[in-house]
Amino acid sequence: MTNHWIDLKNSDCIFVIGGNPAENHPASMYWVNAALDKGAKMIVVDPRFTRTAAKAQVYAPLRSGTDIVFLGGMINYVIQNELYHKDYVVNYTNAATLISPDYKGPPELDGLFSGYDNTKRTYNRASWAYQTDAEGKTKTDPTLQDPNCVFQILKKHYARYTLDMVSRITGCPKDQFLKVAETFAATGQPGKAGVILYAMGQTQHTVGSQNVRIMAMLQLLLGNIGIPGGGVDALRGESNVQGSTDMGLLFHVLTGYVGSPSAAAHKNLAEYIQKETPKTSYWSNKPKFLVSMLKAWWGNAATKENDFCFDYLPKRAGDHSWITLFHALHDGKIKGMLLMGQNPAVSGPNARMERKALEKLDWMVVMELFETETAGFWHAPGVNPKDVKTEVFMLPAADALEKAGSIVTSGRLIQWRPTVAKAPGDAKSDPWILDRLCKALKQAYNGSTTPRDRAILDLNWDYGDPIDVERIAKEINGYWAADVVDDKGNVVGKKGDLFTTFGTLRDDGTTACGCWIFAGYFASIDDGEGHIQPASKRRGTKDPGGLGTYPYWGWVWPVNRHIVYNRCSADPDGNPWSKEKALIWWDAEKKKWVGYDVPDFVATKAPTDPGGKDPFIMMVDGKGGLFAGMAEGPLPEHYEPLESPVKNLMSGLQNNPVIKLWTTDQDKEIGDRVGKPEQFPIIATTYRVTEHWQAGAMSRTLPWLAEAQPEMFVEMSKALAASKGIQNGDKVAVSSARGQVTAVAIVTDRLQTLNVDGKKLEFVGLPWHFGWAGIATGDVANDITPHIGDANTMIPEYKAFLVDIRKAV
Amino acid sequence: MRVSRREFLKASGLTAGGLLLPTRFAAAAEAARFPLHKAIGEGHTICPYCSVGCGLLIATDESGHISNSEGDPDHIINRGGLDPKSVAVRQMSISDLRLQKVKYRAAGSDKWEEKPWDWAITEIAKRVKATRDATFEEKDANGVTVNRTQAIAWLGGAANNNEDCYVASKLTRALGLVYVEHQARI
Repeated sequence: MTNHWIDLKNSDCIFVIGGNPAENHPASMYWVNAALDKGAKMIVVDPRFTRTAAKAQVYAPLRSGTDIVFLGGMINYVIQNELYHKDYVVNYTNAATLISPDYKGPPELDGLFSGYDNTKRTYNRASWAYQTDAEGKTKTDPTLQDPNCVFQILKKHYARYTLDMVSRITGCPKDQFLKVAETFAATGQPGKAGVILYAMGQTQHTVGSQNVRIMAMLQLLLGNIGIPGGGVDALRGESNVQGSTDMGLLFHVLTGYVGSPSAAAHKNLAEYIQKETPKTSYWSNKPKFLVSMLKAWWGNAATKENDFCFDYLPKRAGDHSWITLFHALHDGKIKGMLLMGQNPAVSGPNARMERKALEKLDWMVVMELFETETAGFWHAPGVNPKDVKTEVFMLPAADALEKAGSIVTSGRLIQWRPTVAKAPGDAKSDPWILDRLCKALKQAYNGSTTPRDRAILDLNWDYGDPIDVERIAKEINGYWAADVVDDKGNVVGKKGDLFTTFGTLRDDGTTACGCWIFAGYFASIDDGEGHIQPASKRRGTKDPGGLGTYPYWGWVWPVNRHIVYNRCSADPDGNPWSKEKALIWWDAEKKKWVGYDVPDFVATKAPTDPGGKDPFIMMVDGKGGLFAGMAEGPLPEHYEPLESPVKNLMSGLQNNPVIKLWTTDQDKEIGDRVGKPEQFPIIATTYRVTEHWQAGAMSRTLPWLAEAQPEMFVEMSKALAASKGIQNGDKVAVSSARGQVTAVAIVTDRLQTLNVDGKKLEFVGLPWHFGWAGIATGDVANDITPHIGDANTMIPEYKAFLVDIRKAV
Repeated sequence: MRVSRREFLKASGLTAGGLLLPTRFAAAAEAARFPLHKAIGEGHTICPYCSVGCGLLIATDESGHISNSEGDPDHIINRGGLDPKSVAVRQMSISDLRLQKVKYRAAGSDKWEEKPWDWAITEIAKRVKATRDATFEEKDANGVTVNRTQAIAWLGGAANNNEDCYVASKLTRALGLVYVEHQARI
């Protein structure tokens, strides 16, 4: 989130699209209701009338996979009716920036952007570049009139997203769309704030990244970024998916979103730094973050002479993301797998294919609370254990309440949890397990003289015996790796002292820091009431300003800033745009930014200083990117989901032209099969319910939750049910090109037949929590989802695919 | 005047350790004005389900397993409220289905065997080493130092603590893994 949960109370309009907070983030409704009680409105746009929709003032349906059309239509509405926050847009976004005259977009190229390579299926972005003058300075037109300026390009691009097109493609009736547009566009006024809440309904598509982009663009136009009650707020899916991502457990990143090195681009540290360090923006400090991490990882072995052990880092060969990983597994290339609290047998797309791929493993290690479908894949229903040669080690793990550590909320709030219960039997915490494993490996490699083994032998790994999680925390937080004095002999840093900010980090090996954005989370500071303790342990309840910031409760990254890009809350001169949404402002006497949050800006940089009006400090030009290059283009454009019942009406290009298409075993019963509407005419989507949790290990095993939601179901409209002779409660077979599942029919008004360009289209929805293990069991919904991902993030398109249904006997 | 939960319990003489136990155990306690029939506990923690980060109060019995859980009224986000999952989370502590022993399944076998921790760690390390050694690439075809193995993968875990994830991130990279993924990707 750019903002945070409690901040919802400051909003005038809460727009929920591709998310269902009442269902999946129930406690957030306390803060939604706080806003509604003050007269705010909530809008829900969703294929289904959800539990959240039941609390909203405005609801509009849309066909799953058409969010860019809906939001593009809203952008068109805002521009045509001049409802954007003009001064904010001119000063804080790249609206005025001139783009290369070679740029062409979908209006001219029937769905494509300039620079497309048909064979490679990628874009050359040269024609998307900013125009620069003789000195290399970006050219702009602050009057927003130049046909090459971003604003005019944007206007022309979304002029095609007319009311008519929106209704024809999304299936949303015009009046309902207009009600949404009008209600939310009212937040473009200074003094009003609108927030967009979204979740997997936006991300789990082949255009998922662009879905998120277009929400951010709408918010930039309305001046809703960086203000209380505004923002683009992701409703993250797990208690600590924010933290696990921050810690770099994805192939393409190290900790703190510093990119992992690739063989193709980064021969050595110098090349990495040269290619990956922008000259401007806060990312220009990247070398400090990387070197400090290397110093934390390889300690005394990491020296300037050996590039701080940069070469020890494995370099990626290309894409190693989830779907690619399972293909490598399927092809017999991956021999061993370690799983820590993950259940791909249920949660992976095209789960039958992914489960079959697991059988190729020589060995598997699972650290788990229960025997999940993954841990027991070798004796799943229909599998003969004799045919599966995989050795499986199932290690009993302590649950969240049985070990100490910290987690990060969706609002970037880090909270420390002490151990409050005892782990059963021989169950151990994951750090204990990994610590034992690391020590065993160091032992196994002891005495090796091969350079390839140095990465393990030199690894700085000393967390005590028994393991003390707080020692890990200190390493993540960062500390001085040496005594440092300045040229006057004053002590700058004492070895071992913890940092309170990443601003102290250096690239010379004197600082060690496991994760730069966490610098400060474990340093001891005041809780507002005089108790000094590690920041993330604090429970101080003072709230200066009354905005719900609570700066003394836990600790928020980065450096306790609760609302990022908060320079935007003040006008170019440094005064709040409105008193209603005042957050930080420039104090000319004190010569610094003051207010109710830590400034997301150099505290002493005046509005009149160079860069004083550039709030987006992580962007190279300091401006919000209305126009910004991504894999499929610099502007979000509608393409149909891979499996769609209709032709793309927006252009002649049916699907996202840069997605990676998989064709393994397409002709076999289990493989990368794609369904056609002639055989599978019904749109399907998957989602979650309040009573269950993800792949089910933490909920289908608990009696109360199993009782509350005992069975797998499929929701459908009354019209669809009638046409198939299905009644509420009947068993229904739902099939796709990849498999079939059986579920109990819920026939309901909450799903309505869609009118898409004159065609009546039906859709169904299934929860994906179920599997054969536990108390509440059912078929695995992901047996029918497709093996296709977004072009930027490779997230699978779980939210829009094709099925057929029939009454099961 | 807003009274915090802690202040309320203090006033009732119920905040010292043993005084939170049912009255039959409160041997040397002052006379409690509000006799309790079960332990209500003051162990603060954060719910392990969604990303709102609600506060829970936990009490445990003599064996250390959860005997009571409720919302933490002093928590700034949930103010004592809980959803069905966080209400039920205490069942995880006492569930018969919880894994309590290390288990091993041999190739082709149809059953689990119980094993000691030491054995499992040693055997796992052997396999990690063997696979790594057999598949490690120091340089790629272009002569670039890559120091990786593409034959071992890591998945997980978004329900794990930052500290768990950090040591996992560190260890996997030290071993040369490039296939490192988890829930955030899907």
